[in-house]
Amino acid sequence: MAKKLGKRMRQKQVRKNKWYEFQDKSFKYIALAATGIGVLVLCVLLYDVFFDGFGRLDWKFFLDSSSRKAKNAGIYAAMGGTLWIMALTTIIAFPIGIGAGIYLEEYNKKGRLSNILEVNISNLAGIPSIIYGLLGLEVFSRTLMLGDTAITGALTLALLILPIIIVSTREALKTVPYNLREASFALGASQWQTIWHQILPASIPGIVTGAILAISRAIGETAPLIVIGAATYITSVPKLPNESFTVLPIQIFYWIGKPQHDFQVNAAAAIIVLLGITFVMNGAAVYLRYRWQKKVKW
Amino acid sequence: MKRSEKVIESFLFACSLLTVLTTVGIISVLVFETARFFQVVPIWDFLTDTEWSPSFSKDQQHFGIMPLLAGTFLTTFIAMSVAVPLGITIAVYLSEYASPRVRNIVKPILEILASIPTIVYGYFALAFVTPMIQELFPGLGLNNFNALAPGIIMGIMILPLVSSLSEDALHAVPRMLREGSYAMGATKFQTAFKVIIPAALSGIAVSIILALSRAVGETMIVAIAAGNKPTLTFNPLNQVQTATTYIVQTVNGDVANDSIEYKTIYAVGMSLFVITLLLNNISFWLKKRYQQVYK
Repeated sequence: MAKKLGKRMRQKQVRKNKWYEFQDKSFKYIALAATGIGVLVLCVLLYDVFFDGFGRLDWKFFLDSSSRKAKNAGIYAAMGGTLWIMALTTIIAFPIGIGAGIYLEEYNKKGRLSNILEVNISNLAGIPSIIYGLLGLEVFSRTLMLGDTAITGALTLALLILPIIIVSTREALKTVPYNLREASFALGASQWQTIWHQILPASIPGIVTGAILAISRAIGETAPLIVIGAATYITSVPKLPNESFTVLPIQIFYWIGKPQHDFQVNAAAAIIVLLGITFVMNGAAVYLRYRWQKKVKW
Repeated sequence: MKRSEKVIESFLFACSLLTVLTTVGIISVLVFETARFFQVVPIWDFLTDTEWSPSFSKDQQHFGIMPLLAGTFLTTFIAMSVAVPLGITIAVYLSEYASPRVRNIVKPILEILASIPTIVYGYFALAFVTPMIQELFPGLGLNNFNALAPGIIMGIMILPLVSSLSEDALHAVPRMLREGSYAMGATKFQTAFKVIIPAALSGIAVSIILALSRAVGETMIVAIAAGNKPTLTFNPLNQVQTATTYIVQTVNGDVANDSIEYKTIYAVGMSLFVITLLLNNISFWLKKRYQQVYK
């Protein structure tokens, strides 16, 4: 009797174990499918955009500007505006962002002030980009009377990407071992000499990687620039930063809003260009980081 | 200390102070314009009125934020229902099941999803996802502008955020706990769901809240594909207007500096700011309070 009971219990346990194994295996496949969904959506998105817009990409498309006729419209002015914004944002945001990163990491590491600054920067990074647009509209465009110009756009985007640059600069500086600083101080170097001659050269690839990613983010931003009033219909590239401008994402937004199918094709073609720029910049950043990580061994 | 050293240090200090200035700027701009708005519209009406129609003529104007928040809530809810289950499943898979080789391939691909400009997602939702759903389920009666398609795509957009932050959290759980569980005869599945996830719960919660905050503030996807009719509805098949969409659509026309519409965008912006600030700080608090320190 007791023997029989033990056998039944063992059988029950075997069945249970089989179920656990089944559970484990099936989750593995479900998870693989979930991962597949993410990858699949990416592929379908790229395919859809290329399918819609690739035929429209020719030289003329790059050399034409806004037009009432879809066939005559192109991205010349928008590309010019995007390059302006890219250059101006870089000039404004890089020195300030890297400077702030250096200050927080090298000069004022601990203390109440740096604590406040840190919390503040995390908060800034979480604010929706459209709110930065509202700030730019009121402060740069209306109060400082810069209007809907490229400089307003660049200032707004610079504030937007500042937290990203600061955080990545600090991460890069953190990877430089403390010995290096001590050795430099021991040789009589001042704080800034140490930073300029030792720390920065050792961490510059990491800093640049973060900065490229930040600029790439700025180029894809649409909402804040719409809010500051960037033009949707522009036929020439601004010659100076104090002229009206448009950028690729806004041109795309304008075309998507048009009912005619030909404008949708234009939008898809411009999206290919925008994605191209984004991927090239991200690829460059990833490559830089990879090479840096490989080369530097402390 | 040399004078130049001092000058450099103060310059660097000024750089970091600029971030504080940005915060002060944002808050004061929002508070100032919102206060001007509340001089015209009582705050009670703003919070409780169920209609939003600032562009109507004066006697028919309504300023109730509810329809906009309903639109935001609806698209965000759809996005979270896509991103949270998928993201956590992917995180568990990458952290507990996948070989390093698979992880090294899958992670960068998911990162690409995060780097795509949101306007591209908007185009995709409008030009591909909505027509596809309409074709697959003609009985649904899906509007050309709807909350469903942009919601789903927004979920895909925030998926990498959930999966990578959750994976970091799972990864931080020490090996000992896993080995202990395996030694008791548990399968990987049992270990993941009964040991590792509970241990990493605060990190996973942080990732979800940050994704939530991102979805609330997301603009272009909904501005393109969700429509612009502010209605107090929770039907994902109809068009909705989110808080962010309202701002975009209002500034897209020309708005005079002193008009009530100019003030509404700041009042709506203020609501967005308060919601995201709250969410972000909950996540900071969670991170600090519940971060397990393993030694």
